Amino acid sequence: MTNITAAATTATPLVDTRKPRRFMPGWYTVAWSSALLVMLPVLAVFWLALFPTENIWPHLVDTILPVYIQTTLLLLAGVGALSVIMGVGTAWLVTMCNFPGRRLFEWALLLPFAMPAYLIAYLYTDLLEYAGPVQGFLRDLFGWQTAREYWFPEIRSLGGAISMLTLVLYPYVYLLSRASFLEQSMSIRDASRIFGCSPLQSFYRISLPIARPAIAVGLSLVSMETLNDFGTVDYFAVKSLSAGIYDAWLNMGNLGAAAQIATLMMVFVILLISLERIARSRQQQFTSGDRFRTIDRYTLSPLKSGLATLACALPVILGFIVPFLVLSTYALPRLEQFTEADFLAHASHSFTLSALAALLTVVIAIILAYSKRLYPGFKALILATRLSSLGYALPGAVLAIGVVIPLAAFDNSIDAFMRQNFGFGTGLLLSGTPFAIVFAYCVRFLAVSSGSVEASLAKVTPSMDMASRSLGLNPLQTLRRVHLPLIRGGLMTALLVVFVDAMKELPATLILRPFNYDTLATYVYQYASDEMLETSALAALLIVLVGIVPVILLSRTITSTRQGE
Amino acid sequence: MTAKKALLAGLALSTLGGVAQAADEVNIYSYRQEFLIKPLLEAFTEETGIKANVIFSKQGLLERLEHEGANSPADVILTSDVGPLHDAVERDLVAPIQSDLIDANVPDHYRSKEDKWVGLTARSRIIYASKERVQPGEIKSYEELADPKWKDRICTRSGKHSYNLSLIGSMIEHHSVEEAEQWLTAVKDNLARRPQGNDRSQVKAVMEGQCDLALGNSYYYGKMLTNDKEPEQIKWAKSVNLVFPNQDDRGAHMSISGAALAKHAPHPDAAIKLIEFLTSEKAQKMYAEVNYEFPVRPGIEWSSLLKEHMGEFKADDINLGDVVKHRAEASRLVDKVGFDN
Repeated sequence: MTNITAAATTATPLVDTRKPRRFMPGWYTVAWSSALLVMLPVLAVFWLALFPTENIWPHLVDTILPVYIQTTLLLLAGVGALSVIMGVGTAWLVTMCNFPGRRLFEWALLLPFAMPAYLIAYLYTDLLEYAGPVQGFLRDLFGWQTAREYWFPEIRSLGGAISMLTLVLYPYVYLLSRASFLEQSMSIRDASRIFGCSPLQSFYRISLPIARPAIAVGLSLVSMETLNDFGTVDYFAVKSLSAGIYDAWLNMGNLGAAAQIATLMMVFVILLISLERIARSRQQQFTSGDRFRTIDRYTLSPLKSGLATLACALPVILGFIVPFLVLSTYALPRLEQFTEADFLAHASHSFTLSALAALLTVVIAIILAYSKRLYPGFKALILATRLSSLGYALPGAVLAIGVVIPLAAFDNSIDAFMRQNFGFGTGLLLSGTPFAIVFAYCVRFLAVSSGSVEASLAKVTPSMDMASRSLGLNPLQTLRRVHLPLIRGGLMTALLVVFVDAMKELPATLILRPFNYDTLATYVYQYASDEMLETSALAALLIVLVGIVPVILLSRTITSTRQGE
Repeated sequence: MTAKKALLAGLALSTLGGVAQAADEVNIYSYRQEFLIKPLLEAFTEETGIKANVIFSKQGLLERLEHEGANSPADVILTSDVGPLHDAVERDLVAPIQSDLIDANVPDHYRSKEDKWVGLTARSRIIYASKERVQPGEIKSYEELADPKWKDRICTRSGKHSYNLSLIGSMIEHHSVEEAEQWLTAVKDNLARRPQGNDRSQVKAVMEGQCDLALGNSYYYGKMLTNDKEPEQIKWAKSVNLVFPNQDDRGAHMSISGAALAKHAPHPDAAIKLIEFLTSEKAQKMYAEVNYEFPVRPGIEWSSLLKEHMGEFKADDINLGDVVKHRAEASRLVDKVGFDN
């Protein structure tokens, strides 16, 4: 840290955001090394892709690749479109309109975020499959005897997977677009209304375009989560690309081919993100903010308020209340598990790992985002930042292998060096320790925190930097005294979202953990994977409950960004 | 930043605790759920004083072992299936298990030909047939699943699941790739629904009338029949007859859970002791009972549930190494006939 400050104090140019500033080796080194560090696992996966045991592509192209691609595209399009409709729609309603329950929905709409996707898929299958209570009730009601006598949507299907993923992922879009709506200037909206726009037109022409970068970030997080999901698509036997990755790896014993499919998937993500960025490259906006003005909300007619309430209630009921109740009925008979000492240890592991990961991820995100601001000219650094976010699109287990490789290589090199020069080995220093898990979480969730931190930082007008620097603060002081206080809403969001995400993370935790070490998620999984989720329902419930606390804090953080809220 | 990170890592290490390295212990990378092997490991520790440490994951442990290399702490690899054992051998991650005791306890067809892995429990992939809608004796072999009379009447989980790949692998070994493909295509035509869910949910579907035949592993029957916590499942189990296929020829398809010895095991003696223990009379009885599987060791008395419901049956005694070698081919067949689509 010392060389950063030393370097920073020598640099005192006046700010001009169009030209690269004078070279400050401290910042530059720190930024590059953080980016490289989180990129290592992704690079390791690229490296694996160079060594397939056999060329799998002729077989794939002849048989199942079209299915994988079609399924993946439909899954992405379905989850993406529905998440945007649900997320943006409800965010606009609770921010701009008055209707019964609005205050409640502000935070309740975030609740499904605490529900892991694999859990909701499992619970809904219990409810909705042929043998479940819903169809059973319908059969009793109408006297049907077999499945052939009536039609009922099949839960274990592409449509089912789209529904399940949407229900737990739309909160990303809701979260970001709501924050954006709250920040928007009321004056612009009022101007549009004076020029004759209806509330809806004003939404389409003003609010939506201004919120677009935020919605895009939300959508890209949703898409990457959809791509990396394996639990849900596997349970529903939906043939997406991640199913293909696991098949090549585990059934065909061809990890290289699996890495190739994963690489293809990442290329796809890069394309997606670049397209969006190009599309709005001409836009640049800073809030000249009137966030000290309260929002005057539209008053809705009774019919419209009813519809608004319904629109906000549905995602909460389907995405949270129903699965929560089902889970509770499993958990209640097993409350005695609370007293088991192990159980508390699992909970504390989950909590500590997630908190550490949240903290570290946000620190890295700040370093990267602020460096980009300091050195707008350094394209390579910007590229590295983008690449470092790709870990999010990888299926967790593949990412875990990507983490194992550099860590083990590091440990083994140190060990070899020590043996050669000092006659004793150090063994594995980092592999198989909680550090490995925290590292994996950082790599995986950097995209989430980066998105949030970058978005908030981008909204701070450069004149702030100029003022602060001309008043004699160096970049580090400017960051600490000007930017961090200004973007604390974004920082809190990043912290809390990463925390909740890390609580739910499963495959990387399983593979990287030390001996005799469980988190709540791994504990749930060992039973769920043996077809007995009921046994671990209490732990599952606890994951959800622990997730709710940050979710509520999150909502308050966002709300407090605007006065009078 | 790096200093800070190191500090945090150190903090994490000290608060969360690393692995203690004591002399009397054995480290296990397990593809089997911990709760299934815990009672056995406790019995092992009680008998030998050796502490057993476990990491459980369904994938990725071999890759971890491979990259950790000579410094890996792993001694024993436990699996719920022969697949990872085969992979471990292919990637040269295991050492031969040299123990006359184990050779004597476990029959040849449940051990690798070079003693690179050993089976610990066995299960059969059987047909669950509806008591109401399928006459006893109406289906007698895997081959008959292809008969058009079963159109829209069969349920199974994904063809890509290792249990099904193993069965397809055995069809390839006993017949040929071409015949296995024809068989698989015909079975696909007979499916009542797209392959989905797990083995138990197929039986559930039989009870509910969605299909008449289901493929499933034998131990799920015991798990369902004794499920006091989810008594619903007892009803599922009671709605079906168990059919052990191919009793007139090669016998029912078998698979195993098993163990291998890590090539760089830091505690090889303890590791061998553990595997020997797992093939001992006591452990075989416990291991099989805990999960309603069959002991691999001959002459062990079965649990009363197994005796009552599964009785004597003829098991296919082909070497499982010859089945698992067809796994990739089987997986390609599943793609080719679009079994899961």
